[in-house]
Amino acid sequence: MAEMAMREAYGRALADYGAVNPKLVALDVDTSASTLSNFFAARYPDRFFNVGIAEPSMVDVAAGLALGGFIPFINGFASILSLRALEQIRTCVCYARTNVKIAASYAGISDFKDGPTHYSITDLANVRALPGMTVVVPADAAEAADWVPQVAEFDGPVYLRISRAGALPIHKPGSPLQIGTARTLREGSDLTIVAMGSMTGRSLAAAEILAADGIQARLLEMHTLKPLDNEILLQAATETRAIVTAEEHNIIGGLGSAVAESLMETCPVPLERVGIRDFFCPTGRDLEKLMDACGLSVNAVAEAARRVVARKK
Amino acid sequence: MNSLTPQRILELEEIARHLRVDSLQFIHRRGSGHPGGALSAAEIMAALYFEVMRIDATHPDWENRDRFILSKGHASAVLYAALTRRGFYPVSEMESWGEIECPHQGHPDRLKTPGVDMTSGLLGHGVAVGAGLALAARLQKHDFLTYVLLVDGESQGGIIWEGAAVAAKYRLSNLTCILDYNDVQLDGPVHEVMPLEPIAEKWRAYRWHVLEIDGHDIRQVVEGLSFAAQVHEKPTILIARTTKGRGVSFMENNSFWHGNVPNSDQLRQALVELGEVNHG
Repeated sequence: MAEMAMREAYGRALADYGAVNPKLVALDVDTSASTLSNFFAARYPDRFFNVGIAEPSMVDVAAGLALGGFIPFINGFASILSLRALEQIRTCVCYARTNVKIAASYAGISDFKDGPTHYSITDLANVRALPGMTVVVPADAAEAADWVPQVAEFDGPVYLRISRAGALPIHKPGSPLQIGTARTLREGSDLTIVAMGSMTGRSLAAAEILAADGIQARLLEMHTLKPLDNEILLQAATETRAIVTAEEHNIIGGLGSAVAESLMETCPVPLERVGIRDFFCPTGRDLEKLMDACGLSVNAVAEAARRVVARKK
Repeated sequence: MNSLTPQRILELEEIARHLRVDSLQFIHRRGSGHPGGALSAAEIMAALYFEVMRIDATHPDWENRDRFILSKGHASAVLYAALTRRGFYPVSEMESWGEIECPHQGHPDRLKTPGVDMTSGLLGHGVAVGAGLALAARLQKHDFLTYVLLVDGESQGGIIWEGAAVAAKYRLSNLTCILDYNDVQLDGPVHEVMPLEPIAEKWRAYRWHVLEIDGHDIRQVVEGLSFAAQVHEKPTILIARTTKGRGVSFMENNSFWHGNVPNSDQLRQALVELGEVNHG
């Protein structure tokens, strides 16, 4: 079966949930054919608002709709939402605590043909630093769809990070999922790989390579970047004494930073971060090859694991 | 159309005077605040909170109340004055304004102060948030109206016009903005820092209904707001010509008083000019 893009799974799920909860409204910035909020728009034209290419005002209009009792999902490109509209998100969503859901599409380097202007490799750092923000990053298409009802019913601002592409499928639809509770996808005692988003499937592949070499890696899927599941991290650090983080994001400010912050306070152990090492990634022809070239390969995770295990000794 | 008796006009003028006095006293006591823009908006706030808006101070979260957004959030003193005078909370609460435990922030915070419908402070948000509220009212078939008080300087930024476009596209006749056009901003006259003219033509070009009024003539303010409520298929903006620091001679048209605090002697002189205390 062809792998479904995360954005398509999200778009279909949003449209489906619109029938369940009539308070759901959606907004977009002339990108509904890209974010695939157009599934929602087609079914509920009265509850869909296209404000043109104007992300800051979309955030503010959504805040107003939330003040009026609705649950707005705003749709756009993660790069623009998390940068150009960040002040609106900070002031009118987080500080004012309006019930706005930010569906940030084309995240990471998934828009590989458009390149660095469209890549979003700092968005998690930007939104994670905002008080009152919950940050959720699905690992595959099934999970992206599963988040929609939970995010809709959660009381408060949520940043839901959506890839333009598919990712290695790892979840069955409807798998248990809860904001703030990481999932253990593989048991192991030699180290723990803490992965998020598209790097989850790649980390699972890396764990299998490592197992062939006799290294048993535990794999945690840290789908909620904020609030971080500190308890499961502490347990993993205590039991495996070595950590690798893996994310499709700059190594500054994202998952690696969050995990390091947490464990330095509770259980400092050797840690290696797999991510984009603070550069603007180039344009590519193919996402898989681009990710490999940008330091996000399966092998990069496996190598980091070997290094961190060596540092234990 | 709201028709005001001469007696009612006198009452509203007296309320506006009280809002000026309260604002200056709040700012003086706190040692911080923005007097100039509070004074320029006194008649507008008196008209909204004491004549036009459908509100109930005993039920600040009433679902079908009219909404107000102070897009020029730095003029918080005049909003707090209106809410205290209207009975949303006792004036004694304002004595602690600025203290860490005080429910009233420097700029309005909807989660802390009863009667504040939207948090504000950084300029530019009012029109777009107001458009969202007006859309919500329409979707729910509620007949509440949304009012937004803007200041001239913030119209220099682009997001005001993004919001204006949204309100026009969706024909939000239940949204009314008031532009407090006092022509003074922090660095000097608005017409020198970054001219806005022809401001009425700009709003008309955005497909808004535009009324130009004297923002210190309480009859014009009330009638303008009442007329706006009758406009169909379009949002309305009242371009209210005002004087920054209005009512206090040494503050009028002086950008120094955008964000400076009167000392005790200055406060006393101001209160004399506002008819609150006698000479001597």
